[in-house]
Amino acid sequence: MSTRTFGTRVKRNIDPKFLRGEGSYVDDIDLPGALHATFVRSPFARAKINKIDVQDALNMEGVMAVYTCDNIGNLDIELPLLIPHDCMKDARTQRPLARDDVYYVGQTVAMVVAINRYVAEDAALLIDVDYEPLPVEVDLEKAVQDSAPLVHPTHPNNIAADLVQVSGDPDAAILKADHVTKIRVEVERSTAASMETRSVAARYDRVSGELTVWDGTQAPLTVRGGLASIFEMDEDKVRVIAPDVGGGFGQKVMFPYPDELLVPMAAMELGYPVKYIEDRRENFIGSNQERKQIHDIELYATKEGEVLALKDFFLHDTGAFIPYGIAIAQVASTSIAGPYKIPNIHVHFQAVYTPTITITPYRGCGRPQACFAIERAMDQLADELGISRFEIRRKNLITDDQFPYAREGLMFADGLRVSMDSGQYIRALDMIEEKIGAKDFPKMQEQARNEGKHLGLGLAFYVEGTGLGPYEGGHIKIHPITGKVYVNTGLSGQGQGHDTVFAQIVADQLGVKVEDVILTEGDSGAFDWGVATFASRAAVVSGNAIHKTAKIVRKKTIVAAANMLEVGEDEVELRDGHAWVVNSNRCVSLAAVATATNPLRYAFNEAAKAATQFAPASKHDGPALDEGQSPGLEATDYYSPSCATWAYGVHAAIVEVDDVTCSAKIVKYVLIHDCGNMINPTIVEGQVMGGLAQGIAGTLYEKIEIDEDGNIANANFVDFLVPYATEIPPVEIYHLETPSPLNPLGVKGVGEAGCIAVGATIASGLADALEKFNKPKFLSLPITPSMIFDVISDEVKN
Amino acid sequence: MKTVKKLTPSKSTDPTRKISLTVNGEAVEREVSVRMLLSDFIRHELGLTGTHVGCEHGICGACTIMVNGESSRSCAILAVQADGMDLRTIESVADKDGCLHPIQQAFQDSHALQCGYCTPGMIMNILSEFESNSKIDTSDEGIRELLSGNLCRCTGYANIVEAVRVAAERMGKS
Amino acid sequence: MKPPVFDYLTPSSLTEATKAVNEIPGAMIIAGGQSLIPALNFKLAWPSALIDIRNIPDLDKIQINDDEIAVGARVRHCDVEKDQRIGKLHPIIHKAMAYVAHSPIRNRGTVVGSICHADAAAEMPLILVLTDGYVTATSVDGNRTIAAHDFFKFHMTTTRHDNEIIQSAHFPLPNSMGGYSFQEFARRSGDYAIAAIACLMTLDNSGKVEEVKIAGCGISQRPIRLNNVEQIVIGSNLTENDLSQAMEALGESVTSPDDIHATNKYRKHLAKKLLSKSLIEAKERAQKRKLS
Repeated sequence: MSTRTFGTRVKRNIDPKFLRGEGSYVDDIDLPGALHATFVRSPFARAKINKIDVQDALNMEGVMAVYTCDNIGNLDIELPLLIPHDCMKDARTQRPLARDDVYYVGQTVAMVVAINRYVAEDAALLIDVDYEPLPVEVDLEKAVQDSAPLVHPTHPNNIAADLVQVSGDPDAAILKADHVTKIRVEVERSTAASMETRSVAARYDRVSGELTVWDGTQAPLTVRGGLASIFEMDEDKVRVIAPDVGGGFGQKVMFPYPDELLVPMAAMELGYPVKYIEDRRENFIGSNQERKQIHDIELYATKEGEVLALKDFFLHDTGAFIPYGIAIAQVASTSIAGPYKIPNIHVHFQAVYTPTITITPYRGCGRPQACFAIERAMDQLADELGISRFEIRRKNLITDDQFPYAREGLMFADGLRVSMDSGQYIRALDMIEEKIGAKDFPKMQEQARNEGKHLGLGLAFYVEGTGLGPYEGGHIKIHPITGKVYVNTGLSGQGQGHDTVFAQIVADQLGVKVEDVILTEGDSGAFDWGVATFASRAAVVSGNAIHKTAKIVRKKTIVAAANMLEVGEDEVELRDGHAWVVNSNRCVSLAAVATATNPLRYAFNEAAKAATQFAPASKHDGPALDEGQSPGLEATDYYSPSCATWAYGVHAAIVEVDDVTCSAKIVKYVLIHDCGNMINPTIVEGQVMGGLAQGIAGTLYEKIEIDEDGNIANANFVDFLVPYATEIPPVEIYHLETPSPLNPLGVKGVGEAGCIAVGATIASGLADALEKFNKPKFLSLPITPSMIFDVISDEVKN
Repeated sequence: MKTVKKLTPSKSTDPTRKISLTVNGEAVEREVSVRMLLSDFIRHELGLTGTHVGCEHGICGACTIMVNGESSRSCAILAVQADGMDLRTIESVADKDGCLHPIQQAFQDSHALQCGYCTPGMIMNILSEFESNSKIDTSDEGIRELLSGNLCRCTGYANIVEAVRVAAERMGKS
Repeated sequence: MKPPVFDYLTPSSLTEATKAVNEIPGAMIIAGGQSLIPALNFKLAWPSALIDIRNIPDLDKIQINDDEIAVGARVRHCDVEKDQRIGKLHPIIHKAMAYVAHSPIRNRGTVVGSICHADAAAEMPLILVLTDGYVTATSVDGNRTIAAHDFFKFHMTTTRHDNEIIQSAHFPLPNSMGGYSFQEFARRSGDYAIAAIACLMTLDNSGKVEEVKIAGCGISQRPIRLNNVEQIVIGSNLTENDLSQAMEALGESVTSPDDIHATNKYRKHLAKKLLSKSLIEAKERAQKRKLS
């Protein structure tokens, strides 16, 4: 395969449009006559609904309709359980509009559709809901106690799922251990907070019977399938388009949010387009969150520091419902041993219902929590054994010759046992040790201490299972008139630069300019086989599908061109948008080849005229199109990964604690990551840096504050602290490229890489910086100045 | 119980006001609801959807435009308050033939945008700083200070910082 | 997050405006709107009418008098920020201004507006209290001045009567030979202060503290003068011991309860450290001024 643009820092095709403000996000799409929706949401975490009175709202000028559970027909159901699993009994999912009960503050109770959002909000305030509040327990640990009020009467101790996974023989291994390290870690809730909130618009064409839905989703094909099934419409009458989407980060992969069903329903019923543009407050209380877990992790090791066994028990807060199944907990549990050999693992989790917003994936999807647990434990083990944090890792990392390294008994999100396919873990560790200046650091630290400054070095390793199936597809067509190449795939983008990355793959096969490859993704009308964008899979799965497809088109093009140029196939090369006879000036444009391979075409332009100078592209005896041959230069193919492909990396940081403000300053941050072959290093770095910023946010700034009544106390950007540029440090990013042996392009996913290890890295650095203050461990995230003060002030007291 | 009205939508009963202003050099006269936010006015009344809405409480900066040459949050201004003012939005920044402004070009060259949602507000903020200062502090700290007030969730800011530095250099402002 | 319905008035004189605010129950004044409009968007404010002072003449003036700086109700933060006279005569105002939100907000929001909004962690109310400033209020019942320490009651609550319009804010000038310091910590750039300490100081000929004004915000329900700390500092050389005692005295004034951004203990610590920094910096500046 030619590698002209693969691996190069091609600029993005899509940028000029965005830079000029010409993006088309859902709310930018002009739907004349559109009505606007808003929701009445529960102010109680848990309550019975006795009555809903909508009359005043209905009477308001400008209000078109008001919906409750009583007038939404067959949408009054418990929404689908997207990912079933045996360890969940009777999984609870919510209704689009609450019936009889509400289960979290923010849950949708009624929908108002009006001439504009202002009026809709006015009307929503007039809807009188008679609630009877019930007792609640929002604390995760207390929620599983016998005394805790139940979120769902069907689930004792609020346990939604309970799963034990065992790899190897931990019981036997534990007996051989000299030492055990036990810690408890806790990670708090956060939210994706993409700059564009969620949004959905729908229009129903009564003439054609076609429903069109624009949805700022990461899963347009899933949405299409779901809508067709729920509304009992033929799939070809439902078109879902994910237009430009302003960030997703997992929050937008969940389907269906109530609005994704109710807005199309209203559009069909009312005969007008309907838009629901979530506002920021609604995003905080109505769109799903993630991260809350409490781990009790134990490492059983020899006194030399070889970890023989790991035991982990964790509680996973799943919120009031569990539509996404155990995915997050599953990913966390199967990532718990990180990059280490640890051949014996016992990991047990309980997913717990709390009367809070539903939990579904946010970038990292459980990996940050697992990484925090294992990495803090490794630091603690190192400290207890008197071994350096680098050495403890060196002793335990999977070595190059051990790949593929399987963990029997741990089932990853791909439904298969964990199998880490490739990597150079030791080399990454060596590199980071050098890049962060670990050897010189003790001197630097000593000097700082003498000046009364607190400086620390932290590090953490992570692994990331990526590129999940089941599959994605690619469709490529070379256009006969322009010679431009049109590419489709089923998943969609939210800023990852698919239009450029996939174009590079195609450009390399077909010898065209990247700018002449035009991607349309995320539109079921353009291509409707596929899954969605999540779990760092687009480059691996769609990328390889498009690659395979491009090879087919390349072959067709070469065969056709060879016929036209009357040479052998091996004498034809593709470059600069033409097919050339090797070592000659004879060529024919791709447009001409495309034209010639469609035998019905007349010579209606120059390219077509050129095509008629040659013998027809197909053989001449018999029909113009052979049996089994298609006209044109077009192909569709699919890639279905055999299993996940595991990326990894290591982070290190030098942190300083300011005595006055007790805030953590990151003096230097270095990371090494390995996502296999990189199609476009600039885009990869962008993904890593973006993930890293969210990692820092979750480590030092962000926490969804839920009070004891279940209200989110900081449901706004004033009090929920998404960092500005001033809060994110510069970062040095280094690449290792260990190709994945599992797919033709040798790529691994990288979308979530940046955020996974940040918490552990900074906690490790702070523990080091403040060691003399009674060896604080920093075992919970986020780490606030108040918490750092508590550590420093204890020393002052003593 | 029947709870759906079968009416064609009626107009809102909000009090309204006539306003005249200039938007990207063009004179505009409209009658607007007095509570309409300037962000909604620009996007929906005028169809200039390049200005985006991220929070409606003045923190994220996605809605930043220029009012009388000064950066402002359009979500924290009522349309009626813009009466008599001169507005500039992202649509005015590139040339009429679409040729990118040096700041926009620097953004592309530095991969300073991913989803593109925060980008117009980010650029309007940078542009207003560039237009009101002959020299820009292009240290890492100085640029981050200039950018604070605009949230980005995709890029982690590193490339945006680089884009500002590159733009300042190219425009002779560093 | 859209505003509720309200009427909108643009009176062309103060008389018209005061009449309107007197006659319309639930009317609110709007100038820059940078605090009010977000509040409207969250539906935390429900004015029956907004009285926009945009057309009232003379409210946009910054007046430098012999003994004070007078800032009219329509003067924006950025106007004060760019006024070089203020930079020379009352530099602490500029220092504080750098912490007020971000420039797009400062381009619209007004100093008087911020003072009337009276967030307990805001910078302009703090400076008004620090300088023994005052506001002038006008209504159909007449005019009055309200001293800063009488104006701020609690977080977001002032003693302005419902029918009064605050016309101007007045910042008495500091001693031209004095030093000053403004110290603040916020979690993110532009956020409201977790704590801020501001200080104006003059030294006598022997280098001891002659006069001092110290105030803090973010530490209590309203911005406060720290009289008990001032008493310790006056007449001292600001030795380690003096600073220690001053910090100790400050502790009693930090009454903000634990909240999601800071514990009370941490805030006390922070305020004390900021106090120490501010006293040292103010003294250094005072010394430099004496020398030059």
